[in-house]
Amino acid sequence: MNGLLLLADDVAAVPSIFRPVSPPAESIRYLSILVFAIAAVIFLIVEGILIYCLMRFRHREASEKEPPQIYGSRPIEIAWTAAPILIVVILVLVNARTLWDVTRDPPKPKLGDNTLLVTVVGRQWWWEYRYSSYNGKPLSFVTANELHIPVSNEGVPRPVFLALQSADVYHSFWVPQLAGKTALIPGRTNIMWFQTQTTGLYVGQCAEYCGTQHANMLQRVVADTPSDFEKWLVGQGKPAADDPAVAVGRKEFLSQSCVNCHRIRGIGATGSYAPDLTHLMSRQTLASGMIPNDPEGKNLRAWIADPQEIKPGCLMPSFHLSNDQLASIVNYLRTLQ
Amino acid sequence: MAIVEEERPEPAVLGAPTASEPWTSVVHEWLTTVDHKKIGIMYVVMAILFLVIGGCEAELMRLQLLVPRNTLVRADFFNQLFTLHGTTMVFFMGMPILIGMGNYLVPLMIGARDKAFPRLNALGFWSNLFGGLLVYFSFVTGGAPAIGWFGYAPLTESTFARSAATDFWALGLIVSGIGTVAAAVNFIATIAGMRAPGMSLRKIPFFTWTMLWTAVQILVALPPLTAALVMILFDRNLGTHFFDPQNGGSAILYQHIFWFFGHPEVYILILPVFGMISEIIPVFSRKVLFGYEAMAAATAAIAFISLGVWAHHMFTVGMTRFQTMFFVISSLLVSIPTGLKFFNWLATMYGGRIRMQSPMLFACGFLAMFLIGGLTGIMLAAAPMDFQLNNGYFVIGHFHWVLIGGTVFGVFAGIHYWYPKVTGRKLSERLARWQFWLLLVGFILAFGPMHISGMLGMPRRIFSYEPDRGWAIWNQLSTLGAVIQVPSFLIFVINLIWSYGHGTPAGPDPWDAWTLEWTTPSPPPEYNFEEIPTVHSRRPLWDLKHPDDPDWQYE
Repeated sequence: MNGLLLLADDVAAVPSIFRPVSPPAESIRYLSILVFAIAAVIFLIVEGILIYCLMRFRHREASEKEPPQIYGSRPIEIAWTAAPILIVVILVLVNARTLWDVTRDPPKPKLGDNTLLVTVVGRQWWWEYRYSSYNGKPLSFVTANELHIPVSNEGVPRPVFLALQSADVYHSFWVPQLAGKTALIPGRTNIMWFQTQTTGLYVGQCAEYCGTQHANMLQRVVADTPSDFEKWLVGQGKPAADDPAVAVGRKEFLSQSCVNCHRIRGIGATGSYAPDLTHLMSRQTLASGMIPNDPEGKNLRAWIADPQEIKPGCLMPSFHLSNDQLASIVNYLRTLQ
Repeated sequence: MAIVEEERPEPAVLGAPTASEPWTSVVHEWLTTVDHKKIGIMYVVMAILFLVIGGCEAELMRLQLLVPRNTLVRADFFNQLFTLHGTTMVFFMGMPILIGMGNYLVPLMIGARDKAFPRLNALGFWSNLFGGLLVYFSFVTGGAPAIGWFGYAPLTESTFARSAATDFWALGLIVSGIGTVAAAVNFIATIAGMRAPGMSLRKIPFFTWTMLWTAVQILVALPPLTAALVMILFDRNLGTHFFDPQNGGSAILYQHIFWFFGHPEVYILILPVFGMISEIIPVFSRKVLFGYEAMAAATAAIAFISLGVWAHHMFTVGMTRFQTMFFVISSLLVSIPTGLKFFNWLATMYGGRIRMQSPMLFACGFLAMFLIGGLTGIMLAAAPMDFQLNNGYFVIGHFHWVLIGGTVFGVFAGIHYWYPKVTGRKLSERLARWQFWLLLVGFILAFGPMHISGMLGMPRRIFSYEPDRGWAIWNQLSTLGAVIQVPSFLIFVINLIWSYGHGTPAGPDPWDAWTLEWTTPSPPPEYNFEEIPTVHSRRPLWDLKHPDDPDWQYE
């Protein structure tokens, strides 16, 4: 990966489960603290008794005399069966409450419900986002790897419901600050939801081993203000830009096997196997979050030249393009705002 | 290679071949033996060899994760490493070492001359060994399988795992599984039918009782795994679609079958250790095991409940809330009998005269560490918490805390305790202390930080991570801890070899213990007991040593 621009070191991006910004993640943090407290008490008591026994009853000198033999005691056994039962009952109750808190069934879209519905398709090794509807209005564009969501305002919740599917093997959607993880399973649709009041970037990554590049199936969720989000929606809904200045590159793109896998709406490239490139340059990263999508196209060029160099094992091969072909395709793709 | 490696223990255990006995006859003796003690030793040696291999795989993974975006090993090779590490440690280290120790000890403890089916016993061992070799044979395809040790479908389908490595993996586990089931049948038959006169089931040594329930669990849990592996092989080679969702198969079905094996499996790996600890703590506290009957009931309860908790590995696959709550409750229920065991061990120590020799040292390490693994288990059984922690480094920290803090510390306690019986000499106490403290420090340092990186969002099975996630420091501590453990394991192996020739002679009963194996000479003769003993209580040697105050008056 020499010569590539890499994403900056930014400690603010730590996806800690103790920095929740969404109700499901907050409920889980609350439960976690409670369970940690219970565990800490048990830990201190039991380790305390152990250390006490070792200090009080340790004998360094040999002795012929055996200590009194105590074979057991029914009342004591009952007592220390009952105490854990009590703890288990408490844990079951708080678990049930939290479970009902963090799982929700998806609503039917209706006008003015402020709800975003997206179908997520896990693929080796990237994320496809099919926007289905927002605020009751149907959407029909597809994007990849970066999920944009609107933030909620005081009194106006804007929940996000994801329908999770997989096109190949198991994957798992996990952005810890938003919610716990949910699996994407071939042949099945799972549901998860979250909402947040804080704009910003939330990172995560696939949490179920899914093959060679599982480690680089990174996720970015961008929470925008409602007006920014709606602007983004309008932009994504349009067909691809058509700049006559890069007609050569567009022709090159269409004449190569790019179109077998990639879609660019409006120019006849209809592949559905790889990320939709209609608004490629509106995304911050390439290769499922591995490298920044710089406006000069430096990383884009390196990626197209040989994806196997950057993400070994990924499903896009190198096409051994000439420098001219590369330059014209990159120039064309750079206009896809 | 393995055949040659297998020969290694013979000078160590048999004693040097006599001048009249050529080495070939020694090899022949070990290759054809049906003696439960020799087979037990071969199991343990095999397990230690696989422990070294699996340990090297772990160290390589830790080095790769030392810095973000490290390029030490290729992505694909890293994925092979964790697949082999998990498979090796569970199937070719964990189970063989426990079955091997049981194999050696159970007949001695119940006053029998061998296992019920000596030839089946040999079949069990050799199947295990050849199963392990078959898994590693996958390298001839150009690389080991890269599917994770639980091989989730559909990643194991030929579409995604193209090389035959996955077939070798499945075949290897089927072959070793046959051996494991054979061993289980043999344990049940031996314990049910070959106890010394007077030894009713209520009077068997506690380790024997836990081996009985381990065998029952193996019998229930292993066949479903074998069935799943056969279905994988059929899908890959005969065009069936059991786990192929695009042709009407079910990917989730595999998870259910796998974990129906996989969860009892973790109790298979811990119940025998509970048994060893229940032998060692009384002897080194000089007190009878507190609440034997409650402990025995707790063991059976754990074995039963463990058959109904499997889907707590699957909280994130989208079960209904009621299904989820069922598995939350069943999983939390396990903590009740386990807690009871803990309290009984502590009560055994309470009021005793504790001797801190190496077996007791490791047993105390077990108590202190296994508790933590149990508590993090409660966290993972809490389904909503599991939504965050599942498949992350927290889980890695948790189950290594159980399997090293529990199983490995317990097994070391057992090996230090019974080594004098097997060889006639004690292990060096000095080396044992070095081994213990290096292991304890390295282990805490390696797996403690994993709980933190897991809570910071680090998923398992990644060969590379981003520098901006704040995970680097925790991974560096883990790697340091992994490196510290290396000399500990080296010292252990050196101690095993050195003490064989130079250890303090042990005599038949070096620990002043109470179970039947200590009535035999060390090492015991091939026939174990010249005369089958008659027992009257759970501690026949106590009765012998204290004729004025025998146990059977109180049981």
